[in-house]
Amino acid sequence: MPAPVISASNLVKAYKVKGKPDFLAVDGLSFEVAPGESFGLLGPNGAGKSTTMKMIGAVSTRTSGDLTILGLDPDQYGPEIRSRLGVVPQQDNLDGELNARENLYIYGRYFGLPGAVCAQKADELLAFAALEDKAKSKVDQLSGGMKRRLTIARGLINDPRILLLDEPTTGLDPQARHVLCDRLFRLKERGTTLLLTTHYMDEAEQLCDRLVVVDKGRIMAEGTPASLIREHSSREVLEVRFGSDRNQQIEPMLQGIGDRVEVLPDRVLIYTENGEHALERVTQRGLEPITSLVRRSSLEDVFLRLTGRSLIE
Amino acid sequence: MSTPAAGLPGDGTSAIGQVHESAQPSLDELRAEAMEWGRKPRTLGGWYVTEHMVRAMRAYGWTIVVGALGQPILYLLGLAVGLAALIDAPVSEGGVEVSYLVFVAPALLMTSTIAVATEEFTYPVMAGFKWRRYFYGFNASPLSSGQIATGVVLGAAARMTVVAVAYTLFLYVFGAIPDLATGWLSIFIAILAGLAFGIPLMAYAASIEDDKGQFALVQRFVFMPMFLFSGTFYPLATLPLWLQWIGWISPLWHATEIGRWLTYGRPIAPAMLVVHVGYLIALAVVGYLVGKRIFERRLAK
Repeated sequence: MPAPVISASNLVKAYKVKGKPDFLAVDGLSFEVAPGESFGLLGPNGAGKSTTMKMIGAVSTRTSGDLTILGLDPDQYGPEIRSRLGVVPQQDNLDGELNARENLYIYGRYFGLPGAVCAQKADELLAFAALEDKAKSKVDQLSGGMKRRLTIARGLINDPRILLLDEPTTGLDPQARHVLCDRLFRLKERGTTLLLTTHYMDEAEQLCDRLVVVDKGRIMAEGTPASLIREHSSREVLEVRFGSDRNQQIEPMLQGIGDRVEVLPDRVLIYTENGEHALERVTQRGLEPITSLVRRSSLEDVFLRLTGRSLIE
Repeated sequence: MSTPAAGLPGDGTSAIGQVHESAQPSLDELRAEAMEWGRKPRTLGGWYVTEHMVRAMRAYGWTIVVGALGQPILYLLGLAVGLAALIDAPVSEGGVEVSYLVFVAPALLMTSTIAVATEEFTYPVMAGFKWRRYFYGFNASPLSSGQIATGVVLGAAARMTVVAVAYTLFLYVFGAIPDLATGWLSIFIAILAGLAFGIPLMAYAASIEDDKGQFALVQRFVFMPMFLFSGTFYPLATLPLWLQWIGWISPLWHATEIGRWLTYGRPIAPAMLVVHVGYLIALAVVGYLVGKRIFERRLAK
């Protein structure tokens, strides 16, 4: 692996809580991200993903551990690091008083880019975000998806070496998510290093070369999406529903089918190498699920296995 | 593109997508690139924020212009045509006798910039941290928290300058500044007064997590009493001692005292001049230092 552009070792962020021991939002994370790699932090809300992103974004200082970004320590070289990052925060923080183009233009100025360069970049990025016809619209009048795209465009104004995306697609409709994923994929193809947090599994599988599963500030597992699925789940999953009140009752009768059975409030998951085969065995036992579905294992299953919890609760 | 450090500020050549197509640069090259890019924002970041704040003011630019022109017209008509006609006798203080209008003019000028401060150092700060969160956007770029605070201050100072210059012109036209040669210098005192009142207010605004109408309270219970009890409409000495203290701590009083010296030459002891200017500067500086810390803490959370 070439020299990593992000290197975290035993990274800790503690918050003071009155009358209690410090709360460890991030509790000893260690990982490295190679240039051009697309790296994901996967985990439920409160896992410490956003806190980690803020430390890598050189805005929040770490409590302990080592961290270098582009070979620089953020405690000392915050402005230098941030000058080569693009940041897409979880909550949009555009200036609603300015129009779409002005938001891009003025953001370019923060990097010391001359006005003419900012203007040119602003136009290019409006096209990239498919917002040309909204250039003069005030940000307050844009839809959620458009604001999100504008925020991503803004993050690219300085041709960043690393793009940090914190839950980039949360709150978007499927169409807007699709457009966004497409844009991110293009950036990835161009060699921009991407670091993203998400709790959408399909997105993580599509976009991430490698990812860590994080829970309660700690890394539970690390690998490529495929290797994580291989390691922590079976090839296929059979999902059966018996009605919300009966799922729990029926579980004992499913023992022995597949490698593992997991009961969720609305359905039962049976992990197996062959889903159709498992379904046959279920019906052979005289059980008749209301619905059944065979699918490939996903990162969602990996997460469930590792943490005992569903990712979206 | 031959160099890995593509798209440096000012070269204007990099198009999106062309930058990283060449082989990945080494870590040393990336580090050098970051050091180069960081240089300008490190020194000029405060100005970039100022530029943003002034641009954003254009959204309510009409209010600013109407306020800057309308307020002096209204006050001057009311006071010059109305009140000054009633108060026929000249105001005599410190051995100098002037018309009521001339007496009250410096106080009105100082009030105008302090009124700007009550707007620019409150709602935009709350918006930056909470309602729109654009300070977090600034902070994700190379800009530091201190530069953001500086930019807010300079942006407000820019608006104060417009207001103070307009006000001074009106005062002159109405004959309220007998001595323009030194009188115009009160523009600077007015800006200083606005900052002396406004920067501590900015620090307070930055510390507010939830808007519970605090700014309306500041308007009613800080700004209004200050306006009424700072020797604005009558010499401070007219008040009983137990009310005079409001004037002593009020930046408006200190600024007005200097203003009266500049516009119509009311005598002032050199020591008092130092006290007046020193007090205003101290408020602004201490307010800035405290405010900067609050900005740093809040943005780094």
